[in-house]
Amino acid sequence: MTTSTAAARRDARTRKKLFDWKLLLGLVVVLGLLAASLSVGEYDILSTDDGWEMFATTRIPRTVALVLSGAAMAMSGLVMQLLTQNRFVEPTTTGTTEWAGLGLLAVMYFIPAATILERMFGAVIFAFIGTMVFFMFLRRVSLRSSLIVPIIGIMLGAVVSSISTFFALQTDMLQSLGVWFAGSFTDIFRGQYEALWIVVIVVIAVFLFADRLTVAGMGEEVATNVGLNYNRMVLIGTGLIAIATGIVTVVVGNLPFLGLIVPNIVSMFRGDDLRSNLPWVGLLGIGIVTVCDLIGRTIISPFEVPVSVILGIIGAIVFVTLIVRQRRG
Amino acid sequence: MITLTNVRKEYNSDVAIGPVNLEIPAGGITALVGPNGAGKSTLLTMIGRLLGMDTGDIKVAQYDVSTTKSKDLAKILSILRQENHFITKLTVRQLVGFGRFPYSGGRLTAEDEDIISRYIDFLHLTDLEDRYLDQLSGGQRQRAYVAMVLCQETDYVLLDEPLNNLDIAHSVEMMKHLRSAAKEFGRTIIVVLHDINFASQYADYICAVKAGTIVEFGTPYEIMRDDILTDIFNTPVQVIEGPNGLIAAYH
Amino acid sequence: MDKNRYVENMVDESTAGGVENYLREESEDAARFERVEETWPDHATRPPAERRSGAFQSAAAARKYWIILALVGGFGLLFAFGLLAWDNPMPFGSETFWLIAERRADAVIAMLVVAVCQAVATVAFQTVTNNRIITPSIMGFESLYTAIHTSTVYFFGAVGLINARTLTTFLVQLALMVGLSLILYSWLLTGRHANMHAMLLVGIVIGGGLGSVSTFMQRMLTPSEFDILTARLFGSVNNADPAYYPIAIPLVIVATVLLYLNSRKLNIIALGRDTATNLGLNYKALAISTLVLISVLMAVSTALVGPMTFLGFLVATLAYQFADTYDHRYLFPMAAGIGFLVLAGAYFIMNHIFYAQGVVSIIIELVGGSVFLFVILRKGRL
Repeated sequence: MTTSTAAARRDARTRKKLFDWKLLLGLVVVLGLLAASLSVGEYDILSTDDGWEMFATTRIPRTVALVLSGAAMAMSGLVMQLLTQNRFVEPTTTGTTEWAGLGLLAVMYFIPAATILERMFGAVIFAFIGTMVFFMFLRRVSLRSSLIVPIIGIMLGAVVSSISTFFALQTDMLQSLGVWFAGSFTDIFRGQYEALWIVVIVVIAVFLFADRLTVAGMGEEVATNVGLNYNRMVLIGTGLIAIATGIVTVVVGNLPFLGLIVPNIVSMFRGDDLRSNLPWVGLLGIGIVTVCDLIGRTIISPFEVPVSVILGIIGAIVFVTLIVRQRRG
Repeated sequence: MITLTNVRKEYNSDVAIGPVNLEIPAGGITALVGPNGAGKSTLLTMIGRLLGMDTGDIKVAQYDVSTTKSKDLAKILSILRQENHFITKLTVRQLVGFGRFPYSGGRLTAEDEDIISRYIDFLHLTDLEDRYLDQLSGGQRQRAYVAMVLCQETDYVLLDEPLNNLDIAHSVEMMKHLRSAAKEFGRTIIVVLHDINFASQYADYICAVKAGTIVEFGTPYEIMRDDILTDIFNTPVQVIEGPNGLIAAYH
Repeated sequence: MDKNRYVENMVDESTAGGVENYLREESEDAARFERVEETWPDHATRPPAERRSGAFQSAAAARKYWIILALVGGFGLLFAFGLLAWDNPMPFGSETFWLIAERRADAVIAMLVVAVCQAVATVAFQTVTNNRIITPSIMGFESLYTAIHTSTVYFFGAVGLINARTLTTFLVQLALMVGLSLILYSWLLTGRHANMHAMLLVGIVIGGGLGSVSTFMQRMLTPSEFDILTARLFGSVNNADPAYYPIAIPLVIVATVLLYLNSRKLNIIALGRDTATNLGLNYKALAISTLVLISVLMAVSTALVGPMTFLGFLVATLAYQFADTYDHRYLFPMAAGIGFLVLAGAYFIMNHIFYAQGVVSIIIELVGGSVFLFVILRKGRL
């Protein structure tokens, strides 16, 4: 092998650039979507007197919430997939969101006047427990890449959900539970959503820990072998997922399938290079949530369809298409 | 005899099997050998009609495996893959008894019971015959599955790496059993083997598979040559005289 | 990365090597038995008369089965009678007594139907999917039921829901559920890339999507409409309308008998696709026909009383333990018996001892769900 071909091969193998022009293009598109989000709405901000105040109180927070929750849930999905080495898992298919819901319910029942921070705290704690339970199950499953894993996760979620339902039924909170749980950006306004900013920490942390999380995902033996503290990484990963899921569930509600579709679509087009995929995962998460929210706001205007419904339908279609596409191959 | 004509299977643009044209003679043991990922298991699975092919056809004793009904084929050929799903609350004897299903449909006659006993004894499972499968070690379970497949009493028996979970002593005994099954009962046994030396000692024919195609086919005497083996396995191999036949030294 | 192959890789690698035994293989006992043979013993034979393979491990195990089945059946009948006679204000044996008992009998019949449906469907489903951690409920039957009822209330109000209790509605529900599952099976289980797990996931996801839509509609209901809907959305034998029995019962009988007659083939299916094909079974045809029968049973049960997600799982798990055999000829009856015992017992205790009628199904869900968690965590193998 001559040195020139060796060098050529080496160049080809180097990691994709973190920032390139396509990413910039994606950023522009998403910014455009966000601008659309800022301008769509029933209230005509340009012509009325307090239009600017309306803008600041609802539109901006809503759009910011879109950005934060979209990125957070997409990242959580990615972290989960890294840790389980399974492409089908994400917080809504492992019971994590159901646990968060149970936590929320528990807090609302025992502390009816709970502030948003207290509610979040409860949701996060429960989400953490739930994710740990799921990982405990995973240790029993020897075939990590199996489709069995998400099936187990969903069964787990169903169990927790039945507990929540029982509790809610007994305490007469069932319909409210449905309302809180349904992800929607309708009620986002200034003064209420600020807690979402915490997820920025999660996003940054994912960037920092991405490689280590991948190694942890390959199993305890592999991780320990390369000097990684396996349990600590799993705890950190779980913590990140729990925080993101707990906070988003309390402020926005359940955003189904987001963590599932986004990392998979990104991997489908760009391969599995984690580092350079991360900004795309974030962007695509934001983009999809924004589009769904825009649809929800305009389709039966002046009423709104909650984003979780749109996401649920679109997510289901995309997921099914993903599975079924291979049959045409 | 087994005939493969123009068999091809494409997984994606990089990985493909074929085209394969091969004739495996009836009687005796034929070993499929080759490096990892060569396609030996895939070929075996296609012959055993567990996997479809893209083009070509495979005939086992004049029966086309793609068109003949599965339940007729079950009396002519049997196949055992490497990984086997097993259920709880199933004893060894019950598992081996399933081997009679193509003939009895699940209702075992006294004659069936005799046949079952015969193969359980043949593989030294007599003391274990009433144990549940999940109370056995991997190697013992392996033998139970082989017993089931032998109990099917088909002319052609296909085994995918049957020695995988067995230690040296049990591997030797298994190959001895297979050889006597081939001789005593006149079966044609096709085994995928990782260890070329077992092939050399026990097989009547060796078929070397590399990168999805057949690169060599012949008796052990013809195949066990330095240059041929080195080429097949991509590593220097030296063939030396052993106490019972030719041995490949590559360590 | 070839994006056209992405999904194929994604799904293929998840069923790599055809391995469906996903739980840890070696049990702790295995090491013990390894030492059983340090050397190969000479051919050992026993007198021919002793060596037979029955459905059970030994004669003692067979006896145990029949005793347990008798007990299960006995207690089931006891609870059934209790449901009919306990707290019956009329003197025993009088005409009015039997009138009241007849009305109660409707509920008991519903329990029997649901028990048989859920038990047989779950055992068969777990066999066909080679997976003992799931239940056919997650395939979307319940989501469809919820969606149908929610949209009825949404569009036609509470009145509409009450008026919809007709035989036609029942039949429409049945047709929808069975029809849609047929589409699912033919879509994903036929053709070259048939994949059982993919089908399961798709069923689950579609169920999830329907659930989203239902939840949305539910939040638009008035609280009183919501309450009426909720009563229907939780499985309860009080939802069952005896007018449906002439259709439901024959369907259940036919489906159950067909499944029972296929027991021997189901025993082989349990060994996995490759072994079953090796032994001459037409795996695909058998899997699909079994799934169709399962759909019929699940549709009848769900349309009759509503969702009962974990009952089938609970009953099947108990049946595997108590029956102590692999043979479906014995598993089906034991499962059905346990199912009836659980339902009748739960309703009897809740009605007459705790006076907490409304929550029976939820309690069963909780118990079933907890059994699920317990079994997985503890045993690692079902």
